[in-house]
Amino acid sequence: MITTPRRRLLRAAAVTAVAALALSACGGASDDGKSSNTGGAKDVAAALKKGGTITVWAWEPTLKAVAKDFEAEHPNVKVKLVNAGTGNDQYTALQNAVKAGKGVPDVAQIEYYALPQFSLAKSVADISSFGASGLDSTFTPGPWASVKQNNGIYGLPMDSGPMALFYNKEVFDKYKVAVPKTWDEYVTAAEKIHAANPKAYIANDIGDAGFTTSMIWQAGGQPFKVDGEKVSINLGDAGSKRFADTWQKLLDKKLLAPTASWSDGWYKGLGDGTIATLTLGAWMPANLESGVKAGAGKWRVAPMPQWEAGANATSENGGSSLAIPTASKNKALAYAFADYATAGKGAQTRVDAGAFPATTKQINSPEFVNKKSDYFGGQEINKVLAASAEDVVKGWSYLPFQVYANSIFNDTVGKAYVSKTTLADGLQDWQKKSVSYGDQQGFTVN
Amino acid sequence: MAVTTLRPQQRRHTSHSFAKPRRSVLLTVLTGIILVYSLVPLAWLLINSTKSQEDLLSSFGLWFGDGFSFFSNIKDTFTYDDGIFVRWFANTLLYVVVGAGGATVLAVMGGYALAKFDFPGKKGIFAVVLGAVAVPGTALAVPTFLMFSKMGITDTPWAVIIPSLISPFGLYLMWTFATDAIPNELMEAAKMDGASEFRTFVQVSLPLLAPGIVTVLLFSMVATWNNYFLPLIMLKDPDWYPLTVGLNSWSQQALTAGGDVIFNLVITGSLLTIVPLIAAFLLLQRYWQSGLSAGSVKE
Repeated sequence: MITTPRRRLLRAAAVTAVAALALSACGGASDDGKSSNTGGAKDVAAALKKGGTITVWAWEPTLKAVAKDFEAEHPNVKVKLVNAGTGNDQYTALQNAVKAGKGVPDVAQIEYYALPQFSLAKSVADISSFGASGLDSTFTPGPWASVKQNNGIYGLPMDSGPMALFYNKEVFDKYKVAVPKTWDEYVTAAEKIHAANPKAYIANDIGDAGFTTSMIWQAGGQPFKVDGEKVSINLGDAGSKRFADTWQKLLDKKLLAPTASWSDGWYKGLGDGTIATLTLGAWMPANLESGVKAGAGKWRVAPMPQWEAGANATSENGGSSLAIPTASKNKALAYAFADYATAGKGAQTRVDAGAFPATTKQINSPEFVNKKSDYFGGQEINKVLAASAEDVVKGWSYLPFQVYANSIFNDTVGKAYVSKTTLADGLQDWQKKSVSYGDQQGFTVN
Repeated sequence: MAVTTLRPQQRRHTSHSFAKPRRSVLLTVLTGIILVYSLVPLAWLLINSTKSQEDLLSSFGLWFGDGFSFFSNIKDTFTYDDGIFVRWFANTLLYVVVGAGGATVLAVMGGYALAKFDFPGKKGIFAVVLGAVAVPGTALAVPTFLMFSKMGITDTPWAVIIPSLISPFGLYLMWTFATDAIPNELMEAAKMDGASEFRTFVQVSLPLLAPGIVTVLLFSMVATWNNYFLPLIMLKDPDWYPLTVGLNSWSQQALTAGGDVIFNLVITGSLLTIVPLIAAFLLLQRYWQSGLSAGSVKE
């Protein structure tokens, strides 16, 4: 309808083409050691006094208000907020800029899953010395662990995505289906809903790397382990198997709507009841409210279904940090902004605008927890979501080349959604291709 | 046209053509299909620009929804995000006026010179121009990006304007047009009367070239107005986006957590984007038509 697949393809092709050319053309560019200030909280205060302009690459919409407030508080400082693309598009642009040594922003939004890729390549700076090392108790443990690597801190958590089950209550009531508490119940509910209305599905899924890894995470899997340059990938571990076995049942019985997330068809399905649940990060309510107005009053939030009855394990899905590229010429000022936007006053501004906090102060504030959402029929949804943030399974890590790995997800695991390949086989194929890419990149894999 | 002198045989052949056209069912159907094919997207755009975001997803695509939000959509399009749409509109105008206008000026001067003057290397230039017509602009976008990146002018309006100034097709068109449209005798006469080369060009040749100029102008205007790929890779700063890239960035908002889903504004914005192009065509079409038919009839 609006973004035709062809245009998206063209766009993707464009970005890849530029990336490839930039890589070959600028491969010889040397690291620039020009970056002026290297650390110290004093530098930050001095930079704020001195003022200047910083460029921020981010797609998160709530940052607009934050940037304005920041400029109002520090009249000498100008924040240039640039939307250089969402997710992958921006990472490609950022990598190109870093390689070319030109046009690198001072602050960049980077999702947690992608951060290791940039921190390991030293494309983003360790910001411990600017004052980040004193922020241990400021952020909730999950996101905070995601920005720490090898004793360094490579970004400040901007939001978080503890997972929950969003469901369309109207659909569950209409077909008299109980809201599932375990994934086995979820499969049963999927059968019931689809049997009652062949046009309705419990969820949509055409293969999504972020969702799959989050599900394996919750199931207790640790398919990716990173120790410096040594990486191990095991997408056949107990957690991965657990997920693959259950999800395979949904695939075999064709109980998942073949609709791409974020497409107009998806928004439509969420509104008219043909997509009955979403298992996603806590940032989803804002999207439902703005994109699925037809669902107002119908949606509710429940804890994520469990792999073992009575347990309360959850995982993270999405969420981003603000990182400071090594090539930034004004790191101190950049840090001042990142700090303001994530730990300072900006955190509240962003939560008020619908972002899900990564800060302990906001997530524990009674005002936040007890807030009733009209969209969710007056439910205190933040109680469920904040509880989920507490129960995130520990010990998960992403690959230092997760951006690439996720980009080949649809060519490997994605086959299970459209052919006779099983999910387990797809995961093995994904593992094989990721291992060989990691080896090429100079890691010691498996 | 000298119809009276036609021989009977020929007259019978042409008697259907003008006054009483012979109806061909096949042709009518074919034309009808093409008409529907070209009008359906426009109708879709028009119909859906009357729907709110909510209506858009809940109603049938090719008919009106429950509410009529056409005017509020237009208002929202112009005011959303501090009126960034107006800025994109102005950017597009800038790129079109400077880029397409400049391309036309260059094509007219170059085409005229190639048509009317003999100089060594003309055949070589002919080959290069013809070759350049065959290379799509999209293929050149990435190399141009790398070059501009070295020069440090990416992310500035120049990155979009400079490549738009080059229109091999326009040059070729002006070249062939000028060859036929300006009689050599006329130029000689002008020179005989003491006009300088420049004056001959401006006062004698330009008026004769007018239909061709309009054609080239329309072509390059449409190309620049719709240019998507080049600004997409050249520009990162939303303040310099043209409408095409800006609208796409609005559409992309739906793809992200916390993003404001504004499909209705994307559609209304698209409609507003094509209005100036349609207006330009309607206003300039009579020049264009005379341009296309020029030289086809011997008077």
